[in-house]
Amino acid sequence: MPEVSGTEEDVMSKLPAEFPGAIREIRVTRPKVVKVVIDRKDLLPVCSFLKTDLGFEHLSCISAVDWKDHWESVYHLYNYTTGTTVQLNAVIPYDDPSIESLVKLWNAAYYHEREAWDLMGITYRGNPKLERILLPKDFRYHPLRKDFPQETERQYISRRKLKTGGR
Amino acid sequence: MSGALVSPDLFTLCKVLITGIMKIQSDAILASAPVGSPVEPLRGIAYFLMEDWFLTFNAWMIAITIMVTWAAAIQLLTLMWMERKFYSRLQDRYGIMISIWSLPFWPFSWWAKRKNKPTHKGLGYLQNVADGVKLLQKENITPATADSAMFHTAPVLIASSTVMIFAALPFSEGFVIANVPMSLLFILAAFSLAPLGILIAGWSSNNKYTLIGGMRAAAQLMAYEIPLLLAVVAVLMYAGSLNVIDIVHKQELPLAMAGPIPIPSWNVFSIPQFIGFAVFATAMMAEMERIPFDIPEAEAELVEGWLTEYSGMRFGLVFGFKWLRALAGSALVVILYFGGWSGPVFLTLAPSVGSTVVPIPIIPHEVWFLIKVYLLYLVFVWVSWSVPRVRIDQILNIGWKRLIPLSLLAILLAAGLAAFGPALGGVR
Amino acid sequence: MVEFWVNMGPQHPMTHGLWNMRVKIDGETITDAEPEIGYLHRGYEKIMEVREFQKNVVLTDRLCYVSSITWSHAYCLACEKMMDVEVPPRGQWIRVISLELQRIASHLMWLAAYGPDLGLLTGLLWALRERELFLDLLQLLSGARMNQNFPRIGGARNDLPPDFDKYCFKIIKHFREKLDEYESLFHDSKIFRMRTEGVGRISRADAINWGVTGPNLRACGVNVDFRRLEPYETYDEVDFEPQVWKGGDGGDSYARFMCRFNELEESCRIIEQAVKKIPEGPYRAKAPRRAEGEGFARTEDSRGEALFYVIGDGDDRPYRVKIRSPVFCTMAATPIMLRGYKMADVVSILGSVDVCVGEMDK
Repeated sequence: MPEVSGTEEDVMSKLPAEFPGAIREIRVTRPKVVKVVIDRKDLLPVCSFLKTDLGFEHLSCISAVDWKDHWESVYHLYNYTTGTTVQLNAVIPYDDPSIESLVKLWNAAYYHEREAWDLMGITYRGNPKLERILLPKDFRYHPLRKDFPQETERQYISRRKLKTGGR
Repeated sequence: MSGALVSPDLFTLCKVLITGIMKIQSDAILASAPVGSPVEPLRGIAYFLMEDWFLTFNAWMIAITIMVTWAAAIQLLTLMWMERKFYSRLQDRYGIMISIWSLPFWPFSWWAKRKNKPTHKGLGYLQNVADGVKLLQKENITPATADSAMFHTAPVLIASSTVMIFAALPFSEGFVIANVPMSLLFILAAFSLAPLGILIAGWSSNNKYTLIGGMRAAAQLMAYEIPLLLAVVAVLMYAGSLNVIDIVHKQELPLAMAGPIPIPSWNVFSIPQFIGFAVFATAMMAEMERIPFDIPEAEAELVEGWLTEYSGMRFGLVFGFKWLRALAGSALVVILYFGGWSGPVFLTLAPSVGSTVVPIPIIPHEVWFLIKVYLLYLVFVWVSWSVPRVRIDQILNIGWKRLIPLSLLAILLAAGLAAFGPALGGVR
Repeated sequence: MVEFWVNMGPQHPMTHGLWNMRVKIDGETITDAEPEIGYLHRGYEKIMEVREFQKNVVLTDRLCYVSSITWSHAYCLACEKMMDVEVPPRGQWIRVISLELQRIASHLMWLAAYGPDLGLLTGLLWALRERELFLDLLQLLSGARMNQNFPRIGGARNDLPPDFDKYCFKIIKHFREKLDEYESLFHDSKIFRMRTEGVGRISRADAINWGVTGPNLRACGVNVDFRRLEPYETYDEVDFEPQVWKGGDGGDSYARFMCRFNELEESCRIIEQAVKKIPEGPYRAKAPRRAEGEGFARTEDSRGEALFYVIGDGDDRPYRVKIRSPVFCTMAATPIMLRGYKMADVVSILGSVDVCVGEMDK
């Protein structure tokens, strides 16, 4: 009887064994949640290993985070049989916001990567159609970046917001 | 049943009326302009007024006006009101309820000062008139790139072909404008002119949606003409005549006796005609473009389908004439299958004028006809508002593959029973 | 015949909400499709960074305005995971009750929109009539019919009103009779089955690959319900069945319709059990004002998997909020569902997918 693969112990043990130098940090944050931090060049090998060998067949979400000194593209993968989530943070250097696209593995990445490009400006190399999806087609900025001003800085600033110092 | 009382023809009535009026006028002119007076040329007018072709022409005009007003104006309003109330009740709500006391002018504003004005407790009968007035005061927009001549012709075609039906459709034996020998053929032909108008409307609006709607409408209406006509052929086997009045006469003979009440031999009570009735009713629902067959003007996909680009009263005309065609369709079903206007008239022989006895019917034939038409129309509305729409290829599937064989079966059975029925002991 | 692109939307009676579906048709058959979204983009993720954690609940309510409590609840769950706040049991049960009531209201709105799409105009009024009853219950519970601002980080806004269980039982008993009426109007109708069976089929592998979740995935035969796989609140103490399509080949509009329709009955069962089992005690825990860390929570929304990923950096506002909307992912999969079918099937397919533009466009 094939053993059920993809539990958090499996991930904790097999992933560093398979990719010895690539994993920067791996730990179990909550029951059934494993957080893995990798560099952007190892994204495709790690993800295909997770999908084919450990059975993580559901890509929930791709988020893009702006940490002001580096970017992060965060992937949430889910295993339907064991119920384990892997949160994969791929670190991207600040001056070159681009990373490989995961459309070859999960088609769900198509729309998520387009949204991350649209709002945050991270290029996903290999996405079939990297275009604006939520914002108008001729919009020039990437609004979710931290250097794009917040509403409190752009609009009428009430006295209350001035006092609390809206960011 | 109707027996000896036959109300005179509508045309004859109008002719008598016109002759009387013209005679009074003509006599007055003749009396006021005697021979030898300076206004003698006026006598020419008096002779002109009594000319036969003039009288016939006026009689026809008045008869047509009466019929069109009766059918198009009053029946249409009543039919629309009835439908709106009925389907609202199906949907668990009251329906149109604004009463005539909500009008802001005298005498209805007499209620204005009272606190509990019954503005929303009325029948709502005039709501449709209000909708028509609303449509009249809207702007008639013509798309710039539309084919202007055809765009304006299409509603005229639809409206006029629908009104033409009422030239030969009788509401009872006397209430008919033209009693031609092959009136059923004429009615069905006038019915079938409208698909041409619909296709022209869809094409000339220069709009992808209307084009698709027009094509779908053309395909659907053409596919359902055939079972319609085949079912009529089955009726003809029994009736033996294309005249509508003769078809109804054949259905007045009693079929059987249920106690003291004679059951009339309506066509729907015979087996092949029952099949024919099912086919005819379904095909008629498709011709009237009712849900479940209203894909050509399916709201959810194509906004209004082939009549998207029409606004104002042009839209009102086309939209309203859908109900007129519904009236004509239901009337056809009643005439062919439910015995038309025949029904117990309950003559009272009491009033007498001079020495002649004038029988007055309590429930005249016209009323029977309207009762039957309304009840049948309510069944159509009931079905219409309870089922979803059928997709266009499924509609065509039903029309070509299911209804035509059924109607051919009906013809076969009708022919067989008409020929050998009396020999087999009166089986109908 | 020449193929051309037809825009169904953005102003269209069919598309509930503001989005555009471009289909390439050849005669009557669809050869390609491409949805165009973003007409309702309000910049949620950016503006949630300037408001305090609790005040963002007002915003998350309005993400999907038809089923607002489920979205605010997902956000509160994510914040609780980040702040390590434990919700007391009574608060959890109150949340479960409010979630299931909101789920029924959302599904009834879907039903009311799906009927007229197919031509069944009576379905609109019947479903909205029942939805009014559940909106009354929600108003009794939280004070508002829509956009209730009910969940709090750490519990719920207020306790159950007195006699709430009696009202629940009365309305659910009435609703169960009406469900039989809906059956006669929808599933027993041959024409309805003709319109929805075999239409808009998506295979199981395709559905999982494209990220489809919720009733749309259960219609393909995949037994995935996040209330069972990852029980949050007290869903593991409640007895209900995730509605999976068990017939032959699923994935068509009819399967999606049945899965979503049967969830109405299941939600009624959950509410009845919850109202009986609810313990006494506090219903809200105190949440810290400032928080650092990250947390994510996935819930079974009315339309699929709703995931919130919240990062805090020690301030009293979030640093980054990421909203994962189920309809966004299903919209990516709609071209697969549409290719090869007729143009009249577009309404049937897209209606069964249950699009809510508010959560899709954020």
